[in-house]
Amino acid sequence: MDFDLNEEQRLLKDSIDGLLTDSYDFESRKKYMKEKGGWSQAVWGKLAEQGLLGLPFAEADGGFGGGGVETMIVMEALGKALVLEPYLATVVIGGGFLRHAGSDAQKAAHLPGIIDGSKTLAFAQLEKNSRYDLFDVSTTAKKKGDGWVIDGEKFVVLNGENAETLIVTARTKGDRRDKSGIGVFLVPANAKGVTKKSYPTQDGLHAADITFTGVEVGADAVLGNPDDGLALIERVVDEARIALCAEAVGLMDESLKTTVEYIKTRKQFGVAIGSFQSLQHRASDMFVAAEQARSMSMFATMAGDFEDAKERSNAIAAAKVQIGKSLKFVGQQAIQLHGGIGMTMEAKIGHYFKRLTMIENSFGDTDYHQRRVADGSGLI
Amino acid sequence: MDLAFTREEQAFREEVRSFFRDNVPPDTRRKLVEGRHLSKDEMVTWWRILNKKGWGVSHWPKQYGGTGWTSVQHYIFNEELQSYPAPQPLAFGVSMVGPVIYTFGNEEQKKQYLPRIANVDDWWCQGFSEPGSGSDLASLKTKAERKGDKWIINGQKTWTTLAQHADMIFCLCRTDPSAKKQMGISFIVFSMKSKGVTVRPIQTIDGGVEVNEVFFDDVEVPIENLIGEENKGWDYAKFLLGNERTGIARVGVSKERLRRIRDLASKVESGGKPIIQDAAFREKLAACEIELKALELTQLRVVADEGKHGKGKPNPASSVLKIKGSEIQQTTTELLMEVIGPFAAPYDVHGDDGSNEAMEWTAQIAPSYFNNRKVSIYGGSNEIQRNIIAKAVLGL
Repeated sequence: MDFDLNEEQRLLKDSIDGLLTDSYDFESRKKYMKEKGGWSQAVWGKLAEQGLLGLPFAEADGGFGGGGVETMIVMEALGKALVLEPYLATVVIGGGFLRHAGSDAQKAAHLPGIIDGSKTLAFAQLEKNSRYDLFDVSTTAKKKGDGWVIDGEKFVVLNGENAETLIVTARTKGDRRDKSGIGVFLVPANAKGVTKKSYPTQDGLHAADITFTGVEVGADAVLGNPDDGLALIERVVDEARIALCAEAVGLMDESLKTTVEYIKTRKQFGVAIGSFQSLQHRASDMFVAAEQARSMSMFATMAGDFEDAKERSNAIAAAKVQIGKSLKFVGQQAIQLHGGIGMTMEAKIGHYFKRLTMIENSFGDTDYHQRRVADGSGLI
Repeated sequence: MDLAFTREEQAFREEVRSFFRDNVPPDTRRKLVEGRHLSKDEMVTWWRILNKKGWGVSHWPKQYGGTGWTSVQHYIFNEELQSYPAPQPLAFGVSMVGPVIYTFGNEEQKKQYLPRIANVDDWWCQGFSEPGSGSDLASLKTKAERKGDKWIINGQKTWTTLAQHADMIFCLCRTDPSAKKQMGISFIVFSMKSKGVTVRPIQTIDGGVEVNEVFFDDVEVPIENLIGEENKGWDYAKFLLGNERTGIARVGVSKERLRRIRDLASKVESGGKPIIQDAAFREKLAACEIELKALELTQLRVVADEGKHGKGKPNPASSVLKIKGSEIQQTTTELLMEVIGPFAAPYDVHGDDGSNEAMEWTAQIAPSYFNNRKVSIYGGSNEIQRNIIAKAVLGL
């Protein structure tokens, strides 16, 4: 049992923290938001230079062979700096599908571009009525010759505007809520029949609603088994949840730090408002919530390697519940303790709150995951 | 980072578990499961079994009878002890006064007291709180005046847990009334059988008698019963309170209770089916389990940190353990109340001494709920813990 980072992991943490301290203050972030697609190619290039975009991939594939802890370190740092760049969509999710199910040819076609920063990905999964159920898929993929024809609509696809390649879940067999008959497909974003409607999201990222109309792809577009992809999807989405937990911990750390600094300097009635016990207790409760979240983020990271898929999912669901509860408390109270200034776009705290809030509703909210844990056989 | 216990640690867990299985008297275990109070004899019998095994004062330094276990081993031992469940060692002797004596006491005092603490030849109680000194402990008024080769002690202590069983008390007394409030306090130990000591029980809202008022009326105490230096008692008290860090979360206790809730909820019916099949109840149970899992991990982080960097100063993380640990203990008793529903009502006034065996054991559930309101009050109330976090961690 050991909760410390090893020497290499400490170096990784120092290097990404250093990079973001230099290039990601709140003012720079505002500029990056105005660039094409809503994030900075230059910063993305720096992440590539430091090897962070190749972190989780095997050395044989040109990566650095990092594991869950390495991704946790990066995501926490990205959260702390409120980073806009599509690390989750490209490296964690897109990269996850390729790591777990990509053929040698698929890896050769996609990984070099991901690792050198020239290519980003997006995960087209959410549908109008699917909400958080990964198996609820109406988009269809019908066999045509060797290849497939994809029809359907996907929503709120993060980085959908910029991505060169879309990873699309589509039904090859059965009915909308069947657990079998779901495939995962690599679709070029510029394929004929793909139309996109892009928009900014509440937390400053960019997403797109994407329609697939008779989109033809070859046999080489399929990731894994086209009739039985749910386990793969669950595995990768679990990894996305783990990454979101770590990002949220970074966001909470910075929110708490910013709030404590603020109440130490803001004066009312002739004294710093942090001298009032009601505010001190609130800040203490924020600390407790953030520590409980950190514990569960670590737990989720370690659970990512559990061999039993049920045990893994149960642990990660539990972590997402704790993170959801903690982030809501820390985020809301950070605004409350800032008072009026916390309500403004000028202050950075509101932007942290917004990103935290969107994380709660990504890949299953607190209620959804609590129900999953409740329907299992217990955690204790 | 690695969550797994080593093979040696797992073997150790197995050893501890099988020792409990073979040696905890079954009646003692049953009473604990049912939330009943144990008699003095039952507790002492078990502690002597534990001490004979060499595990009575496991965390003490080896030369005083400790085990030399790692932090992780202590964690495992405590968790198994709490979740078996078996009675925990008497904190007042083993976790509180013992460490003060071996850290600040003289050789004579170590020889005289430590072995008797380990074997519970003396039952110790704690004389800290007073009617006017709760969270503001340093305002205490009990006086010890020096007269020749004796201390003359006058005053009153309260909330003295299990003083009715006690042979000895360790007491914070004011020895220099002119000094600033923390500065004039001394740490003095003496026999509860001394002339002038009166114990008056306080019945708590659960109906039990765990705590007492203790009155001192010209109690004569030999001068050599001062531990450490005169007027340094406040330092020893802080040491004592900061010494017990990770056990405070009582993760094992809550685990055991959650298992019991799950077990009961699959037997007790609501709407014609077991309560465990009720989605709303199951979600509440899951919420509590998740909180406990997070707490367990937080505790493991503290344990691992201690193992690496030594115990050193009191760790403010213990305040997190205290706040969450007490909240979760209280939630588990609430869930038990919910499971038992209308059968919470019967009041088992004679149940603890076994004279009313016919009474359903479920009668202990409401008292346990009432009794557990104390856990967010004692040991520094949760509000005090928040003050500590604000000051020591956040710098407010």
